[in-house]
Amino acid sequence: MAERRSARNEASDSDADAHGSLGRYVLGLGLAVALTLASFWVAGTHAIWMPGIPVLLAVLAIAQMGVHLVFFLNISSGPDQTNNVLALAFGIFVVGLVVFGSMIIMANLNANMLSMPQLLQLQR
Amino acid sequence: MNAANPTASGDLAREEIPLSKRGPASTRIVVGFGFWLFLLSDIVIFATLFAAYAVLSGQTAGGPAGIELFDRSHVLIETSCLLASSFTCGLCLLASERRNRAATYLWAAVTFLLGASFIALELTEFVRLTNAGDGPTRSAFLSAFFSLVGTHGLHVTLGLGWLLVMMAQVATLGFLPMVKRRLYCFALFWHALDIVWIGVFTIVYLGAR
Amino acid sequence: MLGKLNWAAFPLDQPIPLAASVFVVASIAAVLLLISIKGWWPYLWREWITSVDHKRIGIMYTLLALVMLLRGFIDAIMMRAQLAIAAGGAQGYLPPEHYNQIFSAHGTIMIFFVAMPFVIGLMNVVLPLQLGVRDVAFPVLNSVSFWLTAAGALLVNLSLVIGEFARTGWLAYPPLSELAYSPGVGVDYYLWALQISGVGSLLTGINFTTTILKLRAPGLGYFQMPIFCWTALASSLLIVAAFPILTATFAMLLLDRYVGFHFFTNDLGGNAMMYVNLIWAWGHPEVYILILPAFGVFSEVIATFSGKPLFGYRSMVIATLAICMLSFMVWLHHFFTMGAGADVNSFFGIMTMIIAVPTGVKVFNWLFTLYGGRIRFNVPLLWALGFMVTFVIGGMTGVLMAVPPADFVLHNSLFLVAHFHNVIIGGVLFGAFAGYTYWFPKAFGFTLDERLGKAAFWCWFIGFYLAFMPLYALGLMGATRRMQHYSDSNWQPLMLVALGGAIVLLAGITLMILQLVVSIRSRERRRDLSGDPWDGRTLEWSTSSPPPPWNFAVLPHVDGVDAYWEMKRGGSDFSGVKAKPRHEAITMPRRSAIGFVTAFFAVVLGFALVWHIWWMALAGLGGIAGTVLTHAWRVDGEIAIPARTIAAFEQAQKKSRAER
Repeated sequence: MAERRSARNEASDSDADAHGSLGRYVLGLGLAVALTLASFWVAGTHAIWMPGIPVLLAVLAIAQMGVHLVFFLNISSGPDQTNNVLALAFGIFVVGLVVFGSMIIMANLNANMLSMPQLLQLQR
Repeated sequence: MNAANPTASGDLAREEIPLSKRGPASTRIVVGFGFWLFLLSDIVIFATLFAAYAVLSGQTAGGPAGIELFDRSHVLIETSCLLASSFTCGLCLLASERRNRAATYLWAAVTFLLGASFIALELTEFVRLTNAGDGPTRSAFLSAFFSLVGTHGLHVTLGLGWLLVMMAQVATLGFLPMVKRRLYCFALFWHALDIVWIGVFTIVYLGAR
Repeated sequence: MLGKLNWAAFPLDQPIPLAASVFVVASIAAVLLLISIKGWWPYLWREWITSVDHKRIGIMYTLLALVMLLRGFIDAIMMRAQLAIAAGGAQGYLPPEHYNQIFSAHGTIMIFFVAMPFVIGLMNVVLPLQLGVRDVAFPVLNSVSFWLTAAGALLVNLSLVIGEFARTGWLAYPPLSELAYSPGVGVDYYLWALQISGVGSLLTGINFTTTILKLRAPGLGYFQMPIFCWTALASSLLIVAAFPILTATFAMLLLDRYVGFHFFTNDLGGNAMMYVNLIWAWGHPEVYILILPAFGVFSEVIATFSGKPLFGYRSMVIATLAICMLSFMVWLHHFFTMGAGADVNSFFGIMTMIIAVPTGVKVFNWLFTLYGGRIRFNVPLLWALGFMVTFVIGGMTGVLMAVPPADFVLHNSLFLVAHFHNVIIGGVLFGAFAGYTYWFPKAFGFTLDERLGKAAFWCWFIGFYLAFMPLYALGLMGATRRMQHYSDSNWQPLMLVALGGAIVLLAGITLMILQLVVSIRSRERRRDLSGDPWDGRTLEWSTSSPPPPWNFAVLPHVDGVDAYWEMKRGGSDFSGVKAKPRHEAITMPRRSAIGFVTAFFAVVLGFALVWHIWWMALAGLGGIAGTVLTHAWRVDGEIAIPARTIAAFEQAQKKSRAER
């Protein structure tokens, strides 16, 4: 009985379920190209307020990552994708902590380090 | 359906049973999810390298900083190659779903060529820098740069090898369920590498000040 | 031709390593000889080495852990003996360069090759059975994981015989671990052994997470899973998220050492503090990877031996997930003294105190489970009770050190050493021993001797306190860790007490070995015919002991927490209401040699990289690639077990249960 049940699970996951269609890929490509070109333009232009450039680049990058996730990797909010979404969220959580945590901590540590002249003074 | 009568079945329509209680998932889903987890672990490796890059990018040891070394138009071409290859990889996957051998080989070949172009371009950059004395042993910044970008390039190279193996598998084994699962995993891998590259070109190349 | 390898690599001029090497090589040779003479190779190859059965792999993991426990313990007792005599001006019997290798090897082995394999082994044996399924998600990968872990263990032990081990402590901080200050092969052995076994661990994390989330019996939703499965899930998620940090950080150190990069060097911009930061970003989740499965064991054991359901199921789940998330937010407490400002230090100090709260919730839930129960003081419960007292003390000293100003006094003192041994021994090891005793009958089909088990427990319990309470005092008196001798003779009495404690622990280990021998010899007398020797509550106890390769003839349909308990109360069992249920053929994964072969080439690769034998490294790499490709073309990965085999097994089971 249970064998047949899991066999049913096998059969119902038809090939087309999470693969998307050609249209999805084309749309994703279009958006990604636009975001890429925008990023390169933003980085080189003088038309935008300088301090805002890093933020804008970050937004464009995150947007493009989202485009890839949704249009190429077919991440969605459906119930069969819940595990995938939660795993991704956990991954982003860890990535954020490692990257931003390290940056904050190292900046803090470096700031508290003696400068080279001071270090040399200690060694005398 | 209860413990006292374990062989009773089918009283509830399958759709009414919550997904978490329907029993073991299909092999396709199990393999896909496992590979997704692997990709997330790979992303954490890149996160560590990004963190090292962020911390060490100012440590040029008297040598050149990124802004002096990087050629943005070169990077734009690289990025285009990789993004296009991500798209053609999707087409290859769709072709394999339709069991269309010729289209699968065609799009795989295009993906391979685009990916190989990316690697070739990256290697020229690495060689140029190294020959100018700005190799990875020059400073902590350059160590971090070469490691981050190089690790991504290594992943792409291994992916190209995997793509070749997959085409050999399609040729010799046909579209077995096992082969199709692996093609799906390859596509996930290839798309993930493009996602990482978005981070790389934004933070390393466009972010160089 | 042979890189840096030459005859000087053998410790011919150092008596202690030489004696140890001879002992190790002779022991291994004796075992191999015994197997050959008895003709056991075909059986071992077929049934164990190439097995992809989670039960077999779990047993092998546990065996690895126990054997490495002996090696790590010998290191420990050598250190205790040294410190007992090296007071005042005395130098003891171990010169510093040797002592440093011993404490480095002790820590590395205990964490990576005892604690990790032990908890992974228990999870391997138990998870599919508790989830009501036939195996983990990726059985072949499971075998690969085990053999890669064993490969790492082999490399570390090889360093004893050929070359040397790292002298840097178990985390190998730069600049000491950089090439300039550790030019020998020791650090390279350390790094490659852990990179190789790290791959194994990561694959295990992926395997178990997928199994728990995607492979459960029908009806077994998330909130019907035993708490052991929840803690295994949290631990596995942590493995997937944290181990890559270790891999990348070690890779950076390897690049520094091998190719002259400057991540952590003193010159050209390197930042050694970055290594400390990254390694502990892995290191703190690592200790939760170890303790969470132990917490899971205690939840199972306490519920079973109180005869009551576990108190506060939902709060246990929430506490487990909270610990999982919070474990990534406290790592700076391992380097409060490295120079971060007060604001950063306080943030992590407060987070460290917060993470104690969910653990406290768990302890209260266990106490409430015991309260009002009909308690049976079997050996597993003794370990659980010993844990509750001991771990709480260790946790409290941890919260003490979470206060940065206090940590400024106590960091890297013997107080710290006492704290982490307190929580790892009292928490992880006691949990592993509880799980070992509890699930031994399930794995092997007979129980362990109860009296010897109790004696062993008391020796461990008393020995632990004797060995480590003095260290708390010594730490407060100013004694630092990793010291080969000390000038204050007032410390010596406490060091002697600690040595006494180590000897009592030795007695405990000896009693456990004796228990195993005695139990095996008297196994017919203590056969578990019912499959349920402890009157258990969860699904693993519904199978025979040991379970058949397919675990369940029919996947059980579950309807609530403690599914098996409900079955027993309801008066039925899983083999069906009908007297003769119709069995179907079951497909199981076929055994595979690629785990063993991959690990073999990994050892070749690792050894070659350590000694800079580049052609051999390429050969190892090629071997791994070849093995993977060979497996890629394996189309007959499954074997069908005929229905009549299953039916016959079930019939025999019914008979023996009826006869009990």
